[in-house]
Amino acid sequence: MDLASAKFIGAGLAAIGVGLAALGVGNVFGSFLEGALRNPGAADGQQGRLFIGFAAAELLGLIAFVVAILILFVVKG
Amino acid sequence: MAQFHIDPVIGSGWSVFGHNIAFTNSAAFMVIVLAVLWVFMLGGMRRQLVPGRWQVAVESMTSFVANMIDANIGPKGKHFTPYVFSLFMFILLANFIGLFPLAIIPGLHAFTVTSHITVTGVLAVMSFSIVLFVGFVKHGLKFFSLFAPHGTPWYLLILIFPIELVSFLVRPFSLGLRLFVAMTAGHILLDVFASFIIQGLNAHSAIGPVVSILSFLMVIAVSALELLIAAIQAYVFALLTSLYLNDAINLH
Repeated sequence: MDLASAKFIGAGLAAIGVGLAALGVGNVFGSFLEGALRNPGAADGQQGRLFIGFAAAELLGLIAFVVAILILFVVKG
Repeated sequence: MAQFHIDPVIGSGWSVFGHNIAFTNSAAFMVIVLAVLWVFMLGGMRRQLVPGRWQVAVESMTSFVANMIDANIGPKGKHFTPYVFSLFMFILLANFIGLFPLAIIPGLHAFTVTSHITVTGVLAVMSFSIVLFVGFVKHGLKFFSLFAPHGTPWYLLILIFPIELVSFLVRPFSLGLRLFVAMTAGHILLDVFASFIIQGLNAHSAIGPVVSILSFLMVIAVSALELLIAAIQAYVFALLTSLYLNDAINLH
């Protein structure tokens, strides 16, 4: 296997992380909705925490995307 | 990709100490964002007792940020409302103006200021330096107790101190990177699906137009998603800035 094709495979593997972050973000919003439906009165006060959790989960997916982009366009193969 | 290129608008020959200081399309769009923000605020500053629509729009934005600061920092954070508000509105308008379909006028195309890490990085470093400055001015060297939570046993402290320090120092990078990557990724996605439309029409096969129509529907859906992302990213940036300010003002 030559280096150029290994680069594309590596970028594809790095892109798996984006999908995993999607699981995380879905979990954050899903759990929030579950709790909010049980106690709608408390839901509005927790929106800040919801977005903190969203930001933390999303960041890891974005980093996976950056790694894929770096492998594709920056690493010389 | 053409939409991320920074080109000089005027003064491509201007230089200071060998550095080119041309007025680029990035700078032009920052000026446009500031002008839009200025007009938006000016329309809402009339202080009528019974507010009109415009004033309600401006007041709902200001009270949104003021509530966020109040919930996250408390009454001590009131001084920082103008800073967080400017940050929030600048990022929000920059994201929205970058999505504006200016390219239907030949020769023009919209430029997303926040899709460049130089811009988001400077915004993040600005927030981080304000946090450091406020922390050291308010608490002096006691600010370092931020890295050692109350009631931690000393043998855990050996582990927790480096972890907290690293997670603190990584903040400006994650803050700047998040906004930059979210905007860049969204615009690349739009670009890819838009190119599928044209390639499908040029493909000379029966399935080409089907691909084009599906891609066109996808572009509409992704554009709607991008509007949501633009608002969420501006909100997250302002929210995290206010959280970090909370750490600096109230310690743990």
